[in-house]
Amino acid sequence: MVTEAEVWAALDEIPDPEIPVISLVDLGVVRSVDVRAGHVRIEFTPTFLGCPALETMRAAMEAKVAALGAEPEVAVIADDSWSTDKITPAGREKLREAGFAPPAPRETSAPRLVQLQSNAFRCPYCGSTETRLENIFGPTPCRSLRYCESCRQPFEQFKTI
Amino acid sequence: MSGVGSTEPPRSGGGGSAGAEAGTAPEPRAERLLELADDELVLGWHESEWTGIAPTLEEDVAFSSIAQNEIGHARALYELAAADLDTDADALAFDREPGEYRCAPFVELRLLDWAHTIARRWLYEEADRVRIEALAADADAEVAGLAAKIDREEAYHRMHAELWHARLHDEPRFQAAVEQLWPYAVALLPEELRPELARRVSLDLPSNTLLQGKERGEHTPDLAELWDEMTSVRRSAPAGSQW
Repeated sequence: MVTEAEVWAALDEIPDPEIPVISLVDLGVVRSVDVRAGHVRIEFTPTFLGCPALETMRAAMEAKVAALGAEPEVAVIADDSWSTDKITPAGREKLREAGFAPPAPRETSAPRLVQLQSNAFRCPYCGSTETRLENIFGPTPCRSLRYCESCRQPFEQFKTI
Repeated sequence: MSGVGSTEPPRSGGGGSAGAEAGTAPEPRAERLLELADDELVLGWHESEWTGIAPTLEEDVAFSSIAQNEIGHARALYELAAADLDTDADALAFDREPGEYRCAPFVELRLLDWAHTIARRWLYEEADRVRIEALAADADAEVAGLAAKIDREEAYHRMHAELWHARLHDEPRFQAAVEQLWPYAVALLPEELRPELARRVSLDLPSNTLLQGKERGEHTPDLAELWDEMTSVRRSAPAGSQW
């Protein structure tokens, strides 16, 4: 009989479809795993509701559970109980190594422009905070574009959700 | 430019204020969700039309993400409504006739001019924020939870709109676009939320005459044109098709 730990280990092998250096578990989007008599229920929240990788991730999770010989159920939880604070410390480090600045911590209220325009964001390449906002949006909804004035390198900043 | 540029009155629609005859019964949850979902789907579709042809590459990127988010919100809202209506999100998004959509004329307008596009972005985000904040305080936990999640994402749209508003607010062309679109934006909201919107954007509420043809429940010719394109794949390969 499959155990919860085995399911978590299997899910940790699934790379994020858009940022493959990080697994779905490191990304924190797997909320919970509930194993009952060969039935595995996974609760999952996408970073952004419009994430085009949602169905790909769902299918990958279902396939992993099925490969363990259990019946999968993936529930998408679309509420505000998830935030980018759930990205694991290991996940944040992997993002940084791949050139993605990990997200700033969530605050009670939604982020504001003045915060994105501040010098609080660190370049993932040289560590400088002399970085400026280039575009609130980027190649995917979960990222912004910034430019490092110190090492003159553009980089992608994970948005805080 | 079609639609708002010519200020022609919409052709279809029941006329008058839809919902006025709804009586005292509370509006079913699915009906409320469909209004918001249809607004987000139709606006998201129009925003996506800038992909590849926006004035700058940065705006190309921004509008693509904004469109993706709005359509993602529509999907989540349709899914919640679909559970109540015993159907699925795709059927709600694509299998209804144009007249059955509950979107407001504001989002239907096909705006081919950048000043109008940015004016609508700004007015839409301001108006949307008023209603999303109200929904986030809803007694229904599922509705409130989804609204709060949507609000977190919309925060980035608001920043984008804020930047453009700061740049263009004293440009006559932008001001004219705002003036033209303002009655449409007001009609996006139920009457009780309109004064709050007017306060936030520092504009006077338009007269009832100016609101004619712009209220939810009425539709512009632009919707039928959009619908024809938006549902063409679905109609050529109906539900259950194998790809």
